Amino acid sequence: MRLTQGTFSFLPDLTDAQIRAQVEYCLEHGWAVSVEHTDDPHPRNTYWEMFGLPMFDIHDAAGVMAEIDAARATFPHHYVRVMAFDSTRGVESVRLSFIVNRPAHEPGFALLRDEAAGRTIRYAIRSYAADRPEGERYG
Amino acid sequence: MTVTGSPDGGSLTLEAAITDSGFEQLLATLDAELVGLVPVKTRIREIASLLLIEKLRGQVGLSAGAPSLHMSFTGNPGTGKTTVALRMAGILHALGYVRKGHLVAATRDDLVGQFIGHTAPKTKEVLKRAMGGVLFIDEAYFLYRPENERDYGQEAIEILLQVMENQRDDLVVILAGYRDRMERFFQSNPGMSSRIAHHVDFPDYTPEELLLIAGLMLEKMQYRLSPEAEAALVEYVALRRAQPNFANARSIRNALDRARLRQASRLVTDPAGPLTRQALMTIEAEDVRASRVFRDADAGSEPGDGGAR
Repeated sequence: MRLTQGTFSFLPDLTDAQIRAQVEYCLEHGWAVSVEHTDDPHPRNTYWEMFGLPMFDIHDAAGVMAEIDAARATFPHHYVRVMAFDSTRGVESVRLSFIVNRPAHEPGFALLRDEAAGRTIRYAIRSYAADRPEGERYG
Repeated sequence: MTVTGSPDGGSLTLEAAITDSGFEQLLATLDAELVGLVPVKTRIREIASLLLIEKLRGQVGLSAGAPSLHMSFTGNPGTGKTTVALRMAGILHALGYVRKGHLVAATRDDLVGQFIGHTAPKTKEVLKRAMGGVLFIDEAYFLYRPENERDYGQEAIEILLQVMENQRDDLVVILAGYRDRMERFFQSNPGMSSRIAHHVDFPDYTPEELLLIAGLMLEKMQYRLSPEAEAALVEYVALRRAQPNFANARSIRNALDRARLRQASRLVTDPAGPLTRQALMTIEAEDVRASRVFRDADAGSEPGDGGAR
């Protein structure tokens, strides 16, 4: 099952040229671009691991593309996303975030039903990939 | 002149391409604002022509790939290496070689870390910032310290070389430094030397050029020399050039700054009548002649530290 998180997630995966154009757009607006990765695809897993520090003072997308390539080479079987942080006063949050790398095989999620008091059912989802310990998921 | 033989049988005019790129205008401003430096200007003209022709070749489907434009600027102190490097970013941007045209200046402490594993992230960080523009490394020979074999400078050089080779169209690296020390640096790093296509040597300025530079500087500072002061400056330049530690344009700027200082103190201690706009602007011969350079010349002795107070 294909993970859909962040911007453009219902589109086919972006090509490198498209990623570069998006990064260029972020830099034009003065947003700080950063790269993050994880192997826990749960939708509530908001804080992914940072791949290096957020990149400030960058003028051209080439520097960010090099960082994305390094992240892909280091974690070929992880999800890698690009985030753009807008530090404008009053905004001060992530403006854009999209996935640039995903595992070849995404097993999807199981729906868990937990019977609570009085036949109440609590639902939860759990990634099949998360059955294995961190770092060993997705092969 | 027309170039024919494009795939669609059309032709391109060189004149149109030249006008489009602002080629002549660019070189004209360079000529007007930088005095002398003939070899440097020749090289810039060559590079500009190459990029222009490369653009035309691209239009008719000929491709040779992006030329390597990494440069090394060598020359004595005060010959304009840094000034030209700052200009270079704008020039290459105008010619469409670099995408953004900003300049990132770095020295050894921006690139080399203090402990193991610190250097690579630091160097990469600087390289990332310079992408799309020009990375200017002033006094590049400090990167390499042969006397200390555990120095991390070598690591920075290796990362630099890799990017210079593989990401040629993303950034241009300019190394600058004094001639003899740069030569030694290249001798111990042959890889660096061979990856730099343009070794540009900045010649010393002639006395006439130094006076022209002084004229430009005064114009920018909104001062002017009285005719006697002008004559005094000619003598000053001749004397100062013969002294040790002469730093070309930098020495001239320092001399002018000190002349301004003396002019100010002359006007304050001895106000001869009301201060007119003219008086505030004019540097008199005595302001120039009070320099130690003249005193030493009279006494026939060499100045100890070479500083021309």
